[in-house]
Amino acid sequence: MSTAVVGRMAALTRAELTLLVRHKAVLLAALVLPVAMTYAMRPVVGDLELARAGISPGAAMMPMAVAFVLLFGVYSALVTVYVVRREELVLKRLRTGEPGDVEILAGTAAATLVAGLAQCVVLVIAGVVLLGVEMPADPLLVVAGVLLGVAVAGTTAAATTVFTRSAEGAQITIMPMMLVSMVGSGVVVPLELLPDKVASVCELLPLSPAVALVRGGWSGQLGAYEALGAVGTAVAWTVLSVFAVQRWFRWGPRR
Amino acid sequence: MTTNDYVIDAEGLRRTYSGGFEAVRSLSFSVARGELFALLGTNGAGKTSALELLEGLARPSGGSVRVLGHDPYTERAKVRPRVGVMLQEGGFPSELTVRETVRMWAGCTSGARPVDEALDLVGMGKRENVRVKQLSGGERRRLDLATALLGRPEILFLNEPTTGLDAEGRRETWELVRKLRDGGTTVLLTTHYLEEAEELADRLAILHEGRIAAEGRVDEVVAEYPSQISFELPDGYHLGDLPPLGQLGVTGHEVAGRTVRLFTDRLQRAATGLLAWAEAAGVELRGLDMRSASLEEAFLNIARAAKSDEREAEVAAR
Repeated sequence: MSTAVVGRMAALTRAELTLLVRHKAVLLAALVLPVAMTYAMRPVVGDLELARAGISPGAAMMPMAVAFVLLFGVYSALVTVYVVRREELVLKRLRTGEPGDVEILAGTAAATLVAGLAQCVVLVIAGVVLLGVEMPADPLLVVAGVLLGVAVAGTTAAATTVFTRSAEGAQITIMPMMLVSMVGSGVVVPLELLPDKVASVCELLPLSPAVALVRGGWSGQLGAYEALGAVGTAVAWTVLSVFAVQRWFRWGPRR
Repeated sequence: MTTNDYVIDAEGLRRTYSGGFEAVRSLSFSVARGELFALLGTNGAGKTSALELLEGLARPSGGSVRVLGHDPYTERAKVRPRVGVMLQEGGFPSELTVRETVRMWAGCTSGARPVDEALDLVGMGKRENVRVKQLSGGERRRLDLATALLGRPEILFLNEPTTGLDAEGRRETWELVRKLRDGGTTVLLTTHYLEEAEELADRLAILHEGRIAAEGRVDEVVAEYPSQISFELPDGYHLGDLPPLGQLGVTGHEVAGRTVRLFTDRLQRAATGLLAWAEAAGVELRGLDMRSASLEEAFLNIARAAKSDEREAEVAAR
């Protein structure tokens, strides 16, 4: 990247960080919701007799926490940010300037993505220090899971704006991804506990790879073959979303 | 003048929206370096649609456009650092302050002016800590202009730069735009204030239904339209009591109630003849008004002609 690109991205990121801090509702939803939900889900996790399935508390809690951050802190927050900037004509106006399309999209998202990553780190530390969760068996898989999860959540968020007309409409258009991920990506109920056929379909959902990699990183029970499959699935969703964005992303509001 | 002297060159430009609506139909014009060119038009005439093609925000459906010798859409990176754009409205996050907005744009602009300088140019220095959502419409236009000027552009695209400004603000903006033009900046401006075009434009084009209906210097465009004399017929007088209209150099007339409107290309001769007649007859022409053709007249004529065309087409269709 040239220094000009770095400078422009920095300027956009700084502005978006300012906006993130100022937008109390979004900030609250992004920062507090994942923590609160993770904490609230603790008893449920205990009821699942996870121990019998060979799943440790860390391998149950941490993927869930990361998934909540990805869904609330990154995906749904970012859909709103993109749609609001489009409504305010900010994206269109930026296109009259020097930043390229990718820079505009990335610069607009950077603050949200960085906040999401930071939150994952905080949750992991809080889990280990406060909730007595064990250290991950394979930290590299956890890092890979989080990074791929952020990539998938970020790009699917941009793709979701294609069929979102307004900020209010975003409350509805984010639902499929939110619900499907909660139910089918092993966020609450690990895929290992589902029937094989159902599980093998669920593995292909957008957020499943991130959850599987983080869980595998904690448990150390994810084979290389499965790990590669998860990486491949995450990359496929990212590429698909990027393609959709390139093709159909709207820079200005429908009038 | 060779084509190289034109910094904006549009040739047969067309823009058709996905619904099939033709917003721009074969638009051709050129703007020389340092010139201030105004695009006028009725609402929906295609000004903004055309401007977006020149700004490189959309790909034309047909024809070609060159800005500084490049295609503004496919060669965006080459054109952008040298142009400044002000959209028709908005484009700034509502929760950022004026200063934060300009700072963000400065960070996205190569060789940007210092933020304070940009704010002072448009007189927004005192409002630097106010959030965009709290600005008046006129203040927003000024903030928009400040960001468009950040990179000291060679070409400035201004889409209705003074909408929402009060009379004083409008004068100040005109002053600034004129100063920039004098400094060598090429300006392409759209406006629906005719006085703004009369005041600023070296040349202008009146757009109607996606085509240029008239183009040239203000006096050239206006010259094609007649001057007018209007007055109330004195009591007891009929149109036939006036001197023969042909001899007065009157080319057309309208009567609405008691009000007579005469059209002429030779205002002095028609006026002299009419006044001499009134003096000799000892009558007073109430509501007397004489005016040379103006841009407004040209503009209204184009809109009116189009309307009657539409009516004819409707009648023909029946």
